[in-house]
Amino acid sequence: MLVEILFYIFATLLVAGALGVITARNPVYSVLFLVFCFVNSAAIWLLVEAEFLAIVLVLVYVGAVMVLFLFVVMMLDINLAEIRQGFTRFAWLGWITALAVIAEITGVIWRNGLGGVDVGRGFVSEPANYSNTLELGRVLYTHYAYPFELAAVLLVVAIVAAIALTLRRRPGLKVQDISRQVAVRAEDRLRVVKVSAEKRS
Amino acid sequence: MITLADMLTLSGILFALAVAGIFLNRKNVILLLMCVELLLLAANFNFIAFSRMLGDLTGQVFVFFVLTVAAAESAIGLAILVVLFRERRSINVEDLNTLKG
Amino acid sequence: MNPHLLIAIPLAPLIAAVIAGLAGHRIGRAASHTITIAGVAIACGLSLYVLKQMYWDGVGTFNGPVYTWLVSDGVRIQVGFLIDRLSVLMMSVVTFVSLCVHVYTIGYMSDDPGYTRFFSYISLFTFAMLMLVMSNNFMQLFFGWEAVGMVSYLLIGFWYTRPSAIFANFKAFIVNRVGDFGFIIGIAALFSYTHSLSYTTAFAAAPHLAQQTLPVFGGVNALTLICVALFIGAMGKSAQVPLHVWLPDSMEGPTPISALIHAATMVTAGIFMVARMSPLFEHSSAALSFVLVIGATTAFFMGILGVVNNDIKRVIAYSTLSQLGYMTAALGASAYSAAIFHLMTHAFFKALLFLAAGSVIIGMHHEQDMRKMGGLAKYMPITAITCWVGGLALVATPFFSGFYSKDAIIEAVGMSHRWGSTYAYWCVLLGAYITSLYTFRLLFMTFHGEERFRKVHAGEGHEHGHDGHGEHGGHGVHEPHESPWVVTVPLIALAIPALLIGYFTVGKILYGNYFGSAIEVLPAHNVLGRMAADYHGPLQLALHAFLTAPFWLAVAGLFTAWLFVLKRPDLADAAAVKFAWLKRILDQKFYFDWFNEQVIARVSRGIGIGLWKAGDQGLIDGAVVNGTAASVGWLGGVVRRVQSGYLYSYAFWIVIGLAALLGWFLVHA
Repeated sequence: MLVEILFYIFATLLVAGALGVITARNPVYSVLFLVFCFVNSAAIWLLVEAEFLAIVLVLVYVGAVMVLFLFVVMMLDINLAEIRQGFTRFAWLGWITALAVIAEITGVIWRNGLGGVDVGRGFVSEPANYSNTLELGRVLYTHYAYPFELAAVLLVVAIVAAIALTLRRRPGLKVQDISRQVAVRAEDRLRVVKVSAEKRS
Repeated sequence: MITLADMLTLSGILFALAVAGIFLNRKNVILLLMCVELLLLAANFNFIAFSRMLGDLTGQVFVFFVLTVAAAESAIGLAILVVLFRERRSINVEDLNTLKG
Repeated sequence: MNPHLLIAIPLAPLIAAVIAGLAGHRIGRAASHTITIAGVAIACGLSLYVLKQMYWDGVGTFNGPVYTWLVSDGVRIQVGFLIDRLSVLMMSVVTFVSLCVHVYTIGYMSDDPGYTRFFSYISLFTFAMLMLVMSNNFMQLFFGWEAVGMVSYLLIGFWYTRPSAIFANFKAFIVNRVGDFGFIIGIAALFSYTHSLSYTTAFAAAPHLAQQTLPVFGGVNALTLICVALFIGAMGKSAQVPLHVWLPDSMEGPTPISALIHAATMVTAGIFMVARMSPLFEHSSAALSFVLVIGATTAFFMGILGVVNNDIKRVIAYSTLSQLGYMTAALGASAYSAAIFHLMTHAFFKALLFLAAGSVIIGMHHEQDMRKMGGLAKYMPITAITCWVGGLALVATPFFSGFYSKDAIIEAVGMSHRWGSTYAYWCVLLGAYITSLYTFRLLFMTFHGEERFRKVHAGEGHEHGHDGHGEHGGHGVHEPHESPWVVTVPLIALAIPALLIGYFTVGKILYGNYFGSAIEVLPAHNVLGRMAADYHGPLQLALHAFLTAPFWLAVAGLFTAWLFVLKRPDLADAAAVKFAWLKRILDQKFYFDWFNEQVIARVSRGIGIGLWKAGDQGLIDGAVVNGTAASVGWLGGVVRRVQSGYLYSYAFWIVIGLAALLGWFLVHA
């Protein structure tokens, strides 16, 4: 019972946060609302006993990705007035689409019965000594070892790409070229000049 | 007890709000990116709900990968955004029409 | 029989042709003609050897592949030989006449710049013709058929700087295409029924095919359709009405070619083919009636045209048409042996006539108009005598070779009970008179009477092109002279068989079952079998001829020719004035050329232009090609509006599409 109440509370907060994300006038607020959403989601995931993912969501998303968003939003000098212009022009389309999607999803859930799956069934709690993280790790490092490696590669690629994209080369900047420094030879720099002795006057 | 229906409905609402957000914030690329994050979050809800109900960890593994991809996507998306802003001094989507045939 | 020996027969002329053709300039004229004559001589010797083996030593028929070119879906396309008594006879005739013509060419073409090329072509022709007659399958038959057609085309246009020659070879090519189209349809139809290209399979299937009905033109007998289609091919190649128009024009080629290709061998390929296909034709009386009527029509009406022509070569060309008509009529009367027999005798005497005409042309310094000849017997005795031998053989004088074959044809057509045989009989019978008339007219005008070449026709235009190479400057009086030995020796070599071969072979070939199983005749159609009952040797046959209608018709022809040409030449002019309408029809060759050029060619051009304008420019270029591009462009213009270039619109479309897809699944899943 407690779990259910908590779920509804978090769900309400989550929906409210999502509404805030899409309607906030200031992008900074939007990001903060999004952080709020993620935290609530993590709480719900905890309630359904997906502890590892809940932690990951908070650590990775809230801790890294959302901070990145916040950085960018704050770094860029965004003209809010211009951005907000025409806010309501396609709003009706947005709301209609949203309602249609909701109707469709609920239709899928309730009317078609998900192909024989009982949607009204609750989640059975795992035993007390069950470790979600352990089990997930067991699967991830054995069965999904190869996709896991690929995900790692993907992240590396993303890092390299992000750096490469944003790297700025300013002309006229004084930098050290190590390889040229190392490759330099004595005769390039040093000239030994023979000077004939002058007669003593 | 939380039921599958609860989770699915929640994810549906979340998804619909994200979709509406794409329409509402059609000019702001950052907000579009955030709405995409919300969409992915809604999808993740479904994965977790079914994973838990069927007792199959594969769904959670999938969520893990989705998070990875989403992180990579937002990193690159934001990088592009930064480059774009440097070029145009704007992130207004209406300025981004060089794709036009 | 040794297959290697058989391969050597067509290969010897081919190798010679390749050497003379590709290296002719390097090895020189003498070497070129030596090598090609050697190649043909080898082929001729081996053919005669095979003939001896088959006839006297009793060696059986050879039927087998020698090389498989390709196998596709179980169909073997191969080079194969069917050597039986029919093909070996053809091989011997072809190579013998070809050899004579090769030797003759040395004299005839001596001052022509295309000397080595010419030898290469005629050797190549010999190869192609041998492939045609030796074939044991339809693919090789078709190859030989087209190859002889190609060489014929090359040789008609041998003097390619002459516009009339180019026109003539173009015409021959196009008319032959019409025939070949029928031919290939016949082969294709046969193939679609038997799934094999081999003769053996096709012949075995003939009785079965005779029962099949093809759902075209409201249902026709399959075998009849096949046979008629094949015969249309033969009509093109053997110049039967109405596809005969190319043969008179083909006289633009050098005379040796007229003798070899357009009289003795290639044009008889159609006759040979029908005789070879006798197991097919025998089962279709309708097709044979068609053959009979076409042949008889050609025999009579083309002969008439020979009477009014003044070009010595064209007269012989019309005579060839007429004689081919006789052969075809014999085929139509199921007297295949008679057709082949006449083919053989005709090959000798007609080649002889052509070569003699060529000799006259040389003697007259490339003058072909008979009105400018006359009295030549005094100057060219050998030519005159051999030409008379050929002419007498042509008009079926008893004891000459032509008599035995032609008389047998007339009698066979008379005895046939096939539909159209009465008409055909009158045609071939009256044809005997016509044959005699134009033959003696030719002989009289050329060799006897007034020496008209002494009159100088100053400023008079010439009706026909000159068979000339190294044209002489003026047209003053030339003293005619006898031709060199390379010309006269082949004349004599051909005169001997033209005179004698009928007497010695008639009993065997016509009545002695020489062909055995090579030619199949159903008992009900076997007119020659019935004629054999009355046969008591060649001597009796010849003596009996003095009592028959064809002989007296020929005598009447002789008399008419004598009257109009030698005795009262003014009568001919008077008749020409009186029967001006008839003369006009004959001068216009029954308006066949006019019809072809004015109607068929115009309509074809009209259709072509119509298709070009409406079909190609309008429909294909306009509607299909440009229309596709235009509609794609229009559609692109419409769809382009969707591609606004704004990121958010793409996002909208993605989301709307997703919602729509989801809705679709919801409704349908």
